[in-house]
Amino acid sequence: MSVVQIDFGKRKRARVVGIDLGTTNSLVAYMETPPPKVIPTPEEGKLVPSIVSYTREGKIVVGEEARRRLITEPERTVYSVKRLMGRGIADVQDELKLFPFQIAEGSESVIRLKLGERTFTPPEISAFILRQLKQNAEAHLGEPVEQAVITVPAYFNDAQRQATKDAGRIAGLDVLRLVNEPTAAALAYGLDKRHDGVVAVYDLGGGTFDISILRLHEGIFEVMATNGDTHLGGDDIDNLLLRIALEDIESEWGRDLSGDNSAVQQLRRAVVKAKEELSYALKTVIDFEYEGRRYQRELTRELFEKLITPFVDRTLGPCRDCLADAGVRPEEIDEVVLVGGSTRIPLVRQAVENLFRTRPHTELNPEEVVALGAAVQAAILAGSVEDKLLLDVTPLSLGIETMGGVVSKLIPRNSTIPASATEHFTTAVDGQTNVLIHVVQGERELAKDCRSLARFELKGIEPMPAGMPRIEVRFLIDANGILNVTAKDLRTGKEQQVEVKPSYGLTDDQVEKMIEESIEMAEEDFRQRQVREARVEADTILHAVEKAKQDEAYEALSEEEKQRIEEAINQLVVAYHGDDHVLIRTKIEELNNVTMKLAEAMMNAAVSKALKGTKL
Amino acid sequence: MQDTFKHAEACWQCGTPAEQDLFCRYCNSLQPPDLDYFRFFGLEPRLKLDPEDLQQRYYKLSRLLHPDRYTRKTSREREYSLEATAILNDAYRTLRDPIARAEYVLKREGFENVEPRSKNVDLELLEEVFELNMALEELRAGDESARPQLEVARDKFLAMRSEIDRDLQDLFEEYDATRSREILEKIRRLLDRRRYVQNLVAEVDRELSN
Repeated sequence: MSVVQIDFGKRKRARVVGIDLGTTNSLVAYMETPPPKVIPTPEEGKLVPSIVSYTREGKIVVGEEARRRLITEPERTVYSVKRLMGRGIADVQDELKLFPFQIAEGSESVIRLKLGERTFTPPEISAFILRQLKQNAEAHLGEPVEQAVITVPAYFNDAQRQATKDAGRIAGLDVLRLVNEPTAAALAYGLDKRHDGVVAVYDLGGGTFDISILRLHEGIFEVMATNGDTHLGGDDIDNLLLRIALEDIESEWGRDLSGDNSAVQQLRRAVVKAKEELSYALKTVIDFEYEGRRYQRELTRELFEKLITPFVDRTLGPCRDCLADAGVRPEEIDEVVLVGGSTRIPLVRQAVENLFRTRPHTELNPEEVVALGAAVQAAILAGSVEDKLLLDVTPLSLGIETMGGVVSKLIPRNSTIPASATEHFTTAVDGQTNVLIHVVQGERELAKDCRSLARFELKGIEPMPAGMPRIEVRFLIDANGILNVTAKDLRTGKEQQVEVKPSYGLTDDQVEKMIEESIEMAEEDFRQRQVREARVEADTILHAVEKAKQDEAYEALSEEEKQRIEEAINQLVVAYHGDDHVLIRTKIEELNNVTMKLAEAMMNAAVSKALKGTKL
Repeated sequence: MQDTFKHAEACWQCGTPAEQDLFCRYCNSLQPPDLDYFRFFGLEPRLKLDPEDLQQRYYKLSRLLHPDRYTRKTSREREYSLEATAILNDAYRTLRDPIARAEYVLKREGFENVEPRSKNVDLELLEEVFELNMALEELRAGDESARPQLEVARDKFLAMRSEIDRDLQDLFEEYDATRSREILEKIRRLLDRRRYVQNLVAEVDRELSN
């Protein structure tokens, strides 16, 4: 009868979990001792669909439940939000044609999504997913989880990384490190155990494509080069099939369903199912029923492969560029690792095998491998793994805009991070007190063709003749791939004030405000969960006591003892209907204590009964 | 120019006099990094380096300094770890590439404008460049017959670059043996020329691949 209670007071050392915040699905994993393990969801699954829904009652729903609401409440439900992280409205025009995102006013530098009567930014939506993963981890591990490693596509730019980090903060997580997804996968495979060599990681997920080439050397995972496309993934195949099916249906039924969100979501599920089946079957049927009508279309693997060939080919360009940047020929690649659900497609596997002339590793589940690697990195940061070290790179060159809009490169792409560069600035006009620095990321020569990161304003320069002030600015990309800028006045040696205006993304103040809001929500969440858990325990003990009351041992108790038990039951039932989990637990404890004797008596009776039945 | 940085005189943690080490020899806390690339690697400032040896030193220092190793340390050590690893990576990127290494040595020895951003025409190459530009113009205007001419020009510039690289290797050795400023001056002129040729090759490549 005594219920094992989780003791939140006893903390061994801070737990760090690894999180794969994916376009389609998200996972959380941890590592106590190798190998790392994925933490199951309350429904005993492993993947949490990256779908968030805002109910009419003002509640947030995440995962499978939100997926069901894609069909019933499509206007209040959002998926694939990763595609919008760190982007402005001008960047996502193409996605908007294919995804039913409802964009609110004022989305130039941060997109605001409308779900019912509220708007949310992509980091807030991602934070809901992260919070769900955090809760799953806490429930499974029986302790609070406050620190995490989160993975990002290797080809994510500064704004996309910052947005991911913001999402972590909003979810109440201390993000110790952002790790690139392909690098995490290499870590999960533990290829360093076997031998030193050169490894290519091909990562084709729901919304992004990455290729990384690493050199392994005695536990050091040194990324030599990375390349990719942050807008290429399984979603694109789904959209292609969806478009074909919609056209088919229009010609068969004479009805255009493309404006009907609910129908489109159901049809999307049907084409995704067909796509997945074609990974092992040679033909399948897209089967869709809507408002009493049925659409069926046979799809052979042969036709499917023909349809997706251009899409698979789009991954090969970045692969070749990556090889060139790494200075490696395809035949020098010792091992290839496949990551991401889309690498289950036989045509993709074939293309990778042809390019690298190596049969790729597929031992680990391609949907879990990134989270598992994140858990290994979490263990490295927690200090429990000491023989491994990741040396990752920045995927894009960092530069500043100079005269005529030309970019002066400061840190070239594929530089190992942390990396830094120092530049000197001065004034152009007598008495000038401010200098504006425009920082961009990308490979093009003109600033307008690169990605604008931020405008940094050096303020409070002492008024002097033009060209006299000497200000040293240091650009430092940290181990997360995020830029930090500091400035120093060389004449005075004093730190110079730098004001940052991010081109895309949230300001610190905005993030702070979201954190406050979410803490209020989170405390409510946490309390509710505590109450729920306490009630479950109460149910267990109440049920056990009721059963014990039928036992002979109960009859043998004194009236006073029976009275005390009744009293304790009553008090627990009263507490049960309140919302104070501490009180519920106290009453459970009391009931436990007063039934101690009864439990012993029952135990003894059971033992002697068992002995009687046995011939000695 | 990197020498303007003053190394800490005593350990920030326990006050033990510093001896230019990464860690305090008494309390083992991480010290602010040395900004000189060669000193950081514990190497003499030379133009010829053994790449294997450099890589081994790099891995060893990475293991000691990387921020992943400092998540549970004080904020000051975390900051030094970030700074030191950034400099380590910058230094490795520079020193492992012979050209970048030579440019670094020039700057270190007080040469200014080592990497000029303007594209001053190299007078010795004036004629070739003039012809090249004509061919480039023709190709841009859609005249495909200029393509073979450009390919020939490209090969010529590549050969030129190889020759420069050979000359540089000799000069590197000479400098390491003599430490003569005159040699550095010669290296500097060759590097300017090399950069110029390199830009031409890149331009031709860009046009040919369009």
